[in-house]
Amino acid sequence: MAGGPPKALPSTGPHSLRDMPHPLAGSSSEEAVGGDSTPSPDLLMARSFGDKSTRVEFDLPEYSVRRRYQDFDWLRSKLEESQPTHLIPPLPEKFVVKGVVDRFSEEFVETRRKALDKFLKRITDHPVLSFNEHFNIFLTAKDLNAYKKQGIALLTRMGESVKHVTGGYKLRTRPLEFAAIGDYLDTFALKLGTIDRIAQRIIKEEIEYLVELREYGPVYSTWSALEGELAEPLEGVSACIGNCSTALEELTDDMTEDFLPVLREYILYSDSMKSVLKKRDQVQAEYEAKLEAVALRKEDRPKVPADVEKCQDRMECFNADLKADMERWQNNKRQDFRQLLMGMADKNIQYYEKCLMAWESIIPLLQEKQEAK
Amino acid sequence: MEQAPPDPERQLQPAPLEPLGSPDAGLGAAVGKEAEGAGEESSGVDTMTHNNFWLKKIEISVSEAEKRTGRNAMNMQETYTAYLIETRSVEHTDGQSVLTDSLWRRYSEFELLRSYLLVYYPHIVVPPLPEKRAEFVWHKLSADNMDPDFVERRRIGLENFLLRIASHPILCRDKIFYLFLTQEGNWKETVNETGFQLKADSRLKALNATFRVKNPDKRFTDLKHYSDELQSVISHLLRVRARVADRLYGVYKVHGNYGRVFSEWSAIEKEMGDGLQSAGHHMDVFRGYMCRYASSIDDILEDEEHYADQLKEYLFYAEALRAVCRKHELMQYDLEMAAQDLASKKQQCEELVTGTVRTFSLKGMTTKLFGQETPEQREARIKVLEEQINEGEQQLKSKNLEGREFVKNAWADIERFKEQKNRDLKEALISYAVMQISMCKKGIQVWTNAKECFSKM
Repeated sequence: MAGGPPKALPSTGPHSLRDMPHPLAGSSSEEAVGGDSTPSPDLLMARSFGDKSTRVEFDLPEYSVRRRYQDFDWLRSKLEESQPTHLIPPLPEKFVVKGVVDRFSEEFVETRRKALDKFLKRITDHPVLSFNEHFNIFLTAKDLNAYKKQGIALLTRMGESVKHVTGGYKLRTRPLEFAAIGDYLDTFALKLGTIDRIAQRIIKEEIEYLVELREYGPVYSTWSALEGELAEPLEGVSACIGNCSTALEELTDDMTEDFLPVLREYILYSDSMKSVLKKRDQVQAEYEAKLEAVALRKEDRPKVPADVEKCQDRMECFNADLKADMERWQNNKRQDFRQLLMGMADKNIQYYEKCLMAWESIIPLLQEKQEAK
Repeated sequence: MEQAPPDPERQLQPAPLEPLGSPDAGLGAAVGKEAEGAGEESSGVDTMTHNNFWLKKIEISVSEAEKRTGRNAMNMQETYTAYLIETRSVEHTDGQSVLTDSLWRRYSEFELLRSYLLVYYPHIVVPPLPEKRAEFVWHKLSADNMDPDFVERRRIGLENFLLRIASHPILCRDKIFYLFLTQEGNWKETVNETGFQLKADSRLKALNATFRVKNPDKRFTDLKHYSDELQSVISHLLRVRARVADRLYGVYKVHGNYGRVFSEWSAIEKEMGDGLQSAGHHMDVFRGYMCRYASSIDDILEDEEHYADQLKEYLFYAEALRAVCRKHELMQYDLEMAAQDLASKKQQCEELVTGTVRTFSLKGMTTKLFGQETPEQREARIKVLEEQINEGEQQLKSKNLEGREFVKNAWADIERFKEQKNRDLKEALISYAVMQISMCKKGIQVWTNAKECFSKM
């Protein structure tokens, strides 16, 4: 097991990462392992990582470990617990709800792998989360289960304090910017949901179109068998339609594997961000309540009691962390969507280019004169 | 039944000249409203020049369609569409066209013309009419006969029909066809006066012949199979194509749904602050692209309807091919029956002469029952039979001749038709490919624009 006693982790600020020449590069590569005969609810697939790091917290420059979805889930909970003032990236959905998706199919595994890869990268890029001890152990420990069982609580100072914030305080006024963030996230998630539905509908329509195309092409072949001079042209058209069908299938597959999952991930992201915002509200509420209680006591104390001060401190740290994270999130979001949408446009361009090529190539065949035969 | 060679009575004088139009005479004529002064690419109606009535090249167009109400045969109000047929003669020298005739006809009159041609030119593959009712429609197209798009496509189909006839070396010279283009009133009466309905072969007889004929020309049998299969495959193709069009329409239209949500998303991005203003702006641009993309499908599919119409014409041509084959079967069957009848009469005669009774005859039976006939009676019968045999032999000879003429002329027209079909369908496939290419290019354009607009986000 790597790592000694828990190190004090910086509580806030993005500066630490920028000092490092090579950020922790954790990338997950896929390796599907044949499951037991009785699959458990979790995916029976292990991931192996090649990690290269130059960070001082790590003993070795390179690590390679196997992890399963369960382990990622554990990591995320631990991060949420220990870094409650930060936005933790989401995981792909735990349970496969829709349809009869084959959990062991190549496409599903690949989609999940990409999402898990993204998850780790986002943590790596985060100036605070990347230093988290749990993260460190996740990437390096040979036997994660043993470590999990030990139940070592590696909470930050912040985590410790926020853990004990009780709910039940009513918030007076939410600062404008956090209210705005909340509203934004609500609408954002809604819009993404709509886009997800539209994209799904498009894919569905495309698949139905594909079904008809697959019947359409061969009819030209049947006709070609009846004809003499027209046989080649008709056969050419049949082959052409076949090529377009294949191109369309590739488009729908790509959209399903690459586009939809990212949308869904961002919806999950927004949801988890909303709960962090709620926690912030609670911290503020508690502070305000305690402050009011002090004011009502009308004691002649010149200074504010320690615990109220602690509350204020807590609130201000939370606000600062959250603001920083929000900004980071917005930037990343813009990058991610730029890439996602450009990818979508690109896939459609490729589809049309394949079809164009197919049709252009048969024009000479169709124009061929009889004497050539 | 009707003889095969062009009937001088049907044709415009001078008839004896062989039609000089080459099979390559395309359907050159201005289409529709662009008829004014349009230069023609091909001669189209060269054959006219050798006919007293067709001294110049002519252009035919069905240029307008109009809804009308009138009273039908049972004095009931009905609504129908009338089509304006304009005929222009073209001066050789300067290519200017002069309107010579203009009249209105309705669909039923076109049908009458075709029925007439079928009777008097059974050896010709008679061009088909556009469909009476809209079939093979995909959901957006209306199946209503009064729908303007349907009427428009029918107008084009009727024009095509007339041009096909006009460019046919034999059909173009038919008098009734000429009158169809020039004589507005009384044309129906004129056609009916020819008594063509009476001359038509009964369906039952034709069906009978199909099953009973023993020695049809193999080429016609093969041709019949071909036309059956052609009909089946083109029907299938048209049905699937309609479904494909339906689905494609759905795909394009759903993309339009992106419009609203992207515009709403863009609004919240803009609210979040300056840094994200541009993202919002680009989403609006994308929305514009998607809206235009979604509506582009309407034009695309309208163009494709033209391709479907070209296929439909050949679907209906298959029926015309079959009609020629059926005629051959009928004539062949008729011939076989006549030969059989003659053979049996000859045999009867022989038996009477030699006194042997090999074949069963009613006379033989009654003779046995009621007594032998007198020698005078027998002589009389032999005489009658000999006359009948003579007549029969003459008839058989002429039927044989007719049959051979029919086969020769029909096959010539079928060859002409095959060339035409191969040419036309090749062209149709090329234009279909061109349509697909254009659609792909448009798609590439839209998504390239979208990609660029996203890249600026």
